Amino acid sequence: MGKNIKITINGEIVEINEGTSILDAARQVGVIIPTLCYHKDLCVAGNCRVCVVEIAGQKRLSPSCATPCEEGMDIFTNSVKVRNSRKHIIELLLSEHNADCTRCYKNGKCELQKLASDFKIMSNDFIPLVPFKNYTIDMFSPSIIKDDSKCIRCQRCVRTCAELQGVNALTVAYKGDKMKITTFFEKAMNDVVCTNCGQCVIHCPTGALVERNYIEEVWAAITDKAKHVIVQTAPAVRVALGEELGFESGTRITGKMVAALKRLGFDAVMDTDFTADLTIMEEGTELLSRLKRALVDHDPGVKLPMATSCSPGWIKYIEHIYPDYLGHLSTCKSPQQMFGALAKTYYAQARNLQPDNIVSVSIMPCTAKKFEANRPEMNDSGYRDVDYVLTTRELAIMIKQAGIDFMKLEDIHFDRLMGESTGAGVIFGATGGVMEAALRTAYELVTGREVPFKDLNILPVRGMEGVREASILIENPLKEWAFLDGVELKCAVAHGLVNAKKVMDSIISGEANYHFIEIMACPGGCLGGGGQPIPTSPEIRAKRAAAIYAEDEGMPIRKSHLNPEVLKIYKDFLIKPLGEKSHLLLHTKYTIRKSF
Amino acid sequence: METNHQLKRADFIFKNENDWEEVLKKNISRSSNELINELISSELKGRGGAGFPTGLKWKLSAEVDSDTKYVICNADEGEPGTFKDREILSLVPFKVLTAMAICGLVVGAKEGYIYLRGEYFFLKPELNKAISEFEQYCKEINLDFTIRIFMGSGAYICGEETALFESMEGKRGEPRNKPPYPALSGYMNKPTVINNVETLAHAYTIFTYGAKRFYDLGVQYSRGTKLFSVSGDTPKPGIYELELGMSLADFVNDFGDGDSKAVQVGGASGFLVPRKRFAETTIGYQGKLVGISLPTGGSMMLFNSSRSMFNVLDNYLEFFREESCGQCTPCRVGCQQLLKGIKAVKSGEKSTQYLDKLLTLAETMQFTAKCGLGQSVANSFSSIVENFREEMIY
Repeated sequence: MGKNIKITINGEIVEINEGTSILDAARQVGVIIPTLCYHKDLCVAGNCRVCVVEIAGQKRLSPSCATPCEEGMDIFTNSVKVRNSRKHIIELLLSEHNADCTRCYKNGKCELQKLASDFKIMSNDFIPLVPFKNYTIDMFSPSIIKDDSKCIRCQRCVRTCAELQGVNALTVAYKGDKMKITTFFEKAMNDVVCTNCGQCVIHCPTGALVERNYIEEVWAAITDKAKHVIVQTAPAVRVALGEELGFESGTRITGKMVAALKRLGFDAVMDTDFTADLTIMEEGTELLSRLKRALVDHDPGVKLPMATSCSPGWIKYIEHIYPDYLGHLSTCKSPQQMFGALAKTYYAQARNLQPDNIVSVSIMPCTAKKFEANRPEMNDSGYRDVDYVLTTRELAIMIKQAGIDFMKLEDIHFDRLMGESTGAGVIFGATGGVMEAALRTAYELVTGREVPFKDLNILPVRGMEGVREASILIENPLKEWAFLDGVELKCAVAHGLVNAKKVMDSIISGEANYHFIEIMACPGGCLGGGGQPIPTSPEIRAKRAAAIYAEDEGMPIRKSHLNPEVLKIYKDFLIKPLGEKSHLLLHTKYTIRKSF
Repeated sequence: METNHQLKRADFIFKNENDWEEVLKKNISRSSNELINELISSELKGRGGAGFPTGLKWKLSAEVDSDTKYVICNADEGEPGTFKDREILSLVPFKVLTAMAICGLVVGAKEGYIYLRGEYFFLKPELNKAISEFEQYCKEINLDFTIRIFMGSGAYICGEETALFESMEGKRGEPRNKPPYPALSGYMNKPTVINNVETLAHAYTIFTYGAKRFYDLGVQYSRGTKLFSVSGDTPKPGIYELELGMSLADFVNDFGDGDSKAVQVGGASGFLVPRKRFAETTIGYQGKLVGISLPTGGSMMLFNSSRSMFNVLDNYLEFFREESCGQCTPCRVGCQQLLKGIKAVKSGEKSTQYLDKLLTLAETMQFTAKCGLGQSVANSFSSIVENFREEMIY
């Protein structure tokens, strides 16, 4: 903390920590300065100039986001000069923007539109520039649509892709009037190193980057009487959906969400948490078998550390950037894809349905899941395992379209067979959750005792540090696991691909010596996913995480291996983890991709 | 503002540089403070156009505590109508190198760079030869200072000092937010002194003849001489070293073709002065006294009555529209609107009052653009539109 200094904001004397930006100082005293290129997750760019303020004695205005307070500064945030300039800047942005607002997917959710409304920009004196530019809409990606005509060049996407993800799929090219945000050699989004994580989408202030939506397709399936439409909901959706429907961030609305899905007309509403628990059974067993091959069989071919494979953004990242390390990935499919494969086999048999009449929909906090469902190998059921992936935002749109008064809904429980979950399945939605769930089960399978953490809460793997490490010493294991006696199981957790890179590089250099790593592509894990409600910020993600852990604590069962429906599926259908059916339906292989 | 009532030619910059070894040797035995004070008392101001006191710049950087510091010579001479730095680097490169080394000694930098405009690639071999000879001598006198050339790639914006650092760091040439200023955090986020080629050449003059000799030239607030790149409708285009503080009327008397209707002072980012204001305009840095005083990077473009000022402005705006880095709204979109706007007024698509809206837009650009490029578009725009409004319309 620096020393305190005194400044004046609109005539009011304010004491503030030295080095605080004018923007933050103003917010602290209840003065809101409008912004566009500024985002709490990102470094300060200072390029939109909407946040300019007047400092007494200076002819030019200063960007409040990029200007630190200095002792004695006399700042005006709403002078004539500021207001006129700000209006000019908004007018300029609108003149370069395809302001066809009523036909825009982000209509009502656009930050530029809101500013234009706040400042009542009624004139269109400036010459519309869009007709002079040769814009095309990139619709090649199954996850993300990029429409340059809506872009205001704030570079939030560019900074997101570089600073949070280290992917740099989006970058600035050309200069002057031709300056634009584009990809390597201006290729389509599906043809470059893009992980489809959608972080650019949740950081974009306008409609320039949006998810590819499948709302109409899902409505069509629901309306088709011949189809049996089932839906699964990912763990992180239930702690964020409320934000789109009038609730505070961090409100848990699981029961209402199920009720809304029923009202939308889905024939069965089930839970991805169920396959999250199933993932723990398969992945935990896979980890133990890899450890046995390493420690007992001394098999040089065994790949450790084993890395989680739930996050499709992470999968595509490692396929592009570390193709030599695909053997480290768990062969487990993500919970979404396990669910999809079981929906058209296990569920179809149990309900006596024709698999080709089943339409399998998933609600995900994620845009990369759309790509994942489209991967050619994801048809082990004999059909497309998951037909449509909707983001949390798309579900909210459907709920609004259907006229459902969400607040008034009574809680309903998920349908049976694949709708039961444990606290372990729920925490998959937060960074560190898969690790925690896996440790809860694996430790107990090996030692016959619960993990040595109070109330099963493995705090070292929780939190929002980019990379977290933990270790568990295995003592007095059961007889069949005697080879693990005295082994200190070393784990690491990373979220945000920029942190994934740190972990991978430390493994490759030999600096780190882990057995098991959990990696989630998005900041905060799935709860901060690219398909979640907009806006996002560290505070919002922390609230969603608190809700996830509260949901876990409230569950009667908190360990995956005790999920009754998981026990049932092994008894009736799969027989055992890593068994023949598991291999066929629940495990997958990866694709080497080029790094440019 | 004082005015020199006749043109005073001078010959310091291009005077032979055979004494550079001597000048370097003499000055490196002096203390850092002594050198800075010499420079401060000369009142030398940056010759790139902005006019920041050079001695103060060196002092600020010298006062920062850092193991690594840099001295950078800005040779990205891209302002339309400016061609003096090219001549300095081809005719008297050792003056520039010597001043860089002295600066390095003063601030505590061991590495110097010359950021050479992409189009000046042809200067590189000779300049490199001079650098090796210079570095050899530095070794002989135990001065630890190296100089490297960094080639620009043709973007005007990279002459802006922080965009220049970005470019050198291998990034896209986009200006940074200021503060921090280069003296504290420049190239590689280290304290950096960045001076224009000509500024360094003047520093050489000061370290050769002493501050007083320099101070005695020019007028109050605008001391010393300056190189002028004279072009346009003139019988004698070329580079001239003149004392600062001259009246524009005297300049036109000497360099005009008898039919001068306006002079663009300072290139595309400078001001257009119409004939009726020649007498009241002096060339130098703004002081506290009355009268119009125009700073300049040295570009003096003369226009006679055959020139359309609409075409001149159109040409400048085309230039800015293309050379804006595009990152900040007022500059990127503002330049497009100004250009399209004057065309629309000319063609009758917009009413003549639209020029007033454009003038307020230019003012907003001046107040809000991120760097000097966007801020200075208003200079030429407003001075041309205000003085030649009828030429914009008819």
